[in-house]
Amino acid sequence: MTDRREQSGGADYAVRLENLQKIYKMGNNEVRALDGVSATFEKGSFWAIMGPSGSGKSTMLNLLGCLDRPTAGKYYLDGRDVSKLDDDDLSDIRLKYLGFIFQSFNLIPQLTVEENIALPLYYLGWSASERTSRAQELAALVGLEKRLRHRPTELSGGQQQRVAIARALSNDPVFLLADEPTGNLDSVNSLEIIELLTKLNREGKTIIMVTHEPHIAAHASKRLYMMDGKIQKVEG
Amino acid sequence: MMTPGRFFRDVQLGVKNLLLHKLRSFLTMLGLVFGVGSVIAMLAVGEGASEVALEQIRKLGSRNIIVTAQKPAEEQGASNVRSFISIYGLLYQDEQRLQGTIPTVKRIVPVKIIQKEGRLKNRSLEMRVVGTNEHWFDLVQRPLIAGRVLTKLDIDEKSSVAVLTEHGARRLLASEGVIGETLRLGSNYYEVVGIVQSESATEGAMQTPDQMTDAYIPLTAAREHIGDYFTQNKSGSRVRELVELHQLIIEVDSEENVEATAGAIERMLATFHKKKDYSINVPLTLLRQAEATKRTFNIVLGAIAGISLLVGGIGIMNIMLASVTERTREIGIRRAIGAKQRQIIAQFLIETVVLSFTGGLFGIGLGLLIPWLIEKIVGMPTIVRMSSLVLSLGISVTVGIVFGIYPAMRAAALDPIEALRHE
Ligand SMILES: Nc1ncnc2c1ncn2[C@@H]1O[C@H](COP(=O)(O)OP(=O)(O)O)[C@@H](O)[C@H]1O
Ligand SMILES: [Mg+2]
Repeated sequence: MTDRREQSGGADYAVRLENLQKIYKMGNNEVRALDGVSATFEKGSFWAIMGPSGSGKSTMLNLLGCLDRPTAGKYYLDGRDVSKLDDDDLSDIRLKYLGFIFQSFNLIPQLTVEENIALPLYYLGWSASERTSRAQELAALVGLEKRLRHRPTELSGGQQQRVAIARALSNDPVFLLADEPTGNLDSVNSLEIIELLTKLNREGKTIIMVTHEPHIAAHASKRLYMMDGKIQKVEG
Repeated sequence: MMTPGRFFRDVQLGVKNLLLHKLRSFLTMLGLVFGVGSVIAMLAVGEGASEVALEQIRKLGSRNIIVTAQKPAEEQGASNVRSFISIYGLLYQDEQRLQGTIPTVKRIVPVKIIQKEGRLKNRSLEMRVVGTNEHWFDLVQRPLIAGRVLTKLDIDEKSSVAVLTEHGARRLLASEGVIGETLRLGSNYYEVVGIVQSESATEGAMQTPDQMTDAYIPLTAAREHIGDYFTQNKSGSRVRELVELHQLIIEVDSEENVEATAGAIERMLATFHKKKDYSINVPLTLLRQAEATKRTFNIVLGAIAGISLLVGGIGIMNIMLASVTERTREIGIRRAIGAKQRQIIAQFLIETVVLSFTGGLFGIGLGLLIPWLIEKIVGMPTIVRMSSLVLSLGISVTVGIVFGIYPAMRAAALDPIEALRHE
């Protein structure tokens, strides 16, 4: 895979969390959505985050994805502390180092498959021809090279999720964040997607995935169980 | 940093988004289209009208003061008395007095006007015979069509020569070969020495000094041949009048001095004339009035323009706010992928500006079409100034920015997490 950015930090982990807290204040009450989470996600690992509803999985994912800032604690991304960055810098981190995969695909319906895949590259300032060739390469990787001119709505759910995966890979991120990536898919497509993610992981990509389905989580190399904003246990 | 290539791509993206909703984009622009169109059209009509007024005033001469003999009101009532002689108007002495005492007076053209039948070969025409001096042609500047105008020598020698207007000459002979022909005015004969272009215009209460069928002869000759007594047939009764001069056209040395000089002339004439048997007209005053009218017109126009652009702008803002809500999910996706707040602002702002700029262009089209139609159908002169087009486009873009910034900032301020959750 082509790599157009300087590989950041020499850390052996992709992400390290130190006593991370996220507290929502609701009047006099406070909700400790994350209550002191410490964990290290090594490069090349494939994590599944599991836990009951309300246990803090989404909160954790939003923090990992630099969409939100922790109330307290440290978040090191490839050796760099990103827990105190402002909105612009967080945007920059997302743009350069992260790749998102959502439960509901979140493709832009007005754009073609090619344009959706290349959207991060647009913000990275790549030229049109560079974007096109990169999008073609990624579409081939996820088996959609024949669908570049299609709109997302013309594709099946599994195909849409593969487009989303291609988009998440376009900036060659430090790790992929997947939030229930198979939640909206039937069992056949679910299997296809989890196998694609497994393949990407074998090729070296770090993946952190939230899921509540044990048979999906089974594909990951490590499983992290959340409960009431705390890590209950880690497997694998 | 915003490089030109990047900016171009952003504009392309904006255009593409707008084209996704062609009808909506078009309807959004409509307010601005009509706003800009009507402003340009109104400006064009205003410019056309004031240009006509200015042109007419220019024909009167902006440094001129025109004093015209006027039969006093009480004598008009008395004129039904048979063989009553009414004596009024300007005097030869007035000319001398004005010349000598008011230093800002540069030149004076005395004018004696007599209605006479002009005859050239076998054609005849009711003419206005104008006895004047050589300066007439400097103060009432009209292009010379053929021959020459009157000279000082003609005046001094009391020459029997006449200058015709193009219109008069054509009606008498229908060609320029009229030069050198003999024109009979009443019982006197004059050699036609020149033809000047005919102009006739009325601006406000003021008629240009010249008329379409004038015959200009030396004042000296007119005094000797015709004298100062006139007999006029008025509604059956014959009215005899004694008028020395019908008009004095006074040229002032500079425009600043025109109004003061008019005041001085007024005072002087009032001293020597027992009755008010003259009126003073100042073309410059008309010019000032025309300018004041235009200013008022422009203020009203500015207010209308402001309101219509405001309405257009609010229309755009309304649609853009709806568009932001509709595209909340898209904004969330872009933010999650790494778009900065200012890039979201730029995206939406560029869309509104593209919209308002395009609206401005359509508006210019409309603003060119309406004056064209007005000219074609109503026959009213209109002038579309380049500056009004540039201004309109500038204002359109400004409207786009002003009314686009709030929706764009609303879009950028959305919390990416919330936005992604939006259905
Ligand atoms: N924006 C918020 N404001 C207040 N409370 C929140 C907010 N987001 C999440 N929470 C609370 O934090 C806790 C963890 O939520 P979440 O991370 O969404 O759990 P999960 O994804 O595991 O279901 C829940 O009790 C939830 O109600
Ligand atoms: Mg959740």
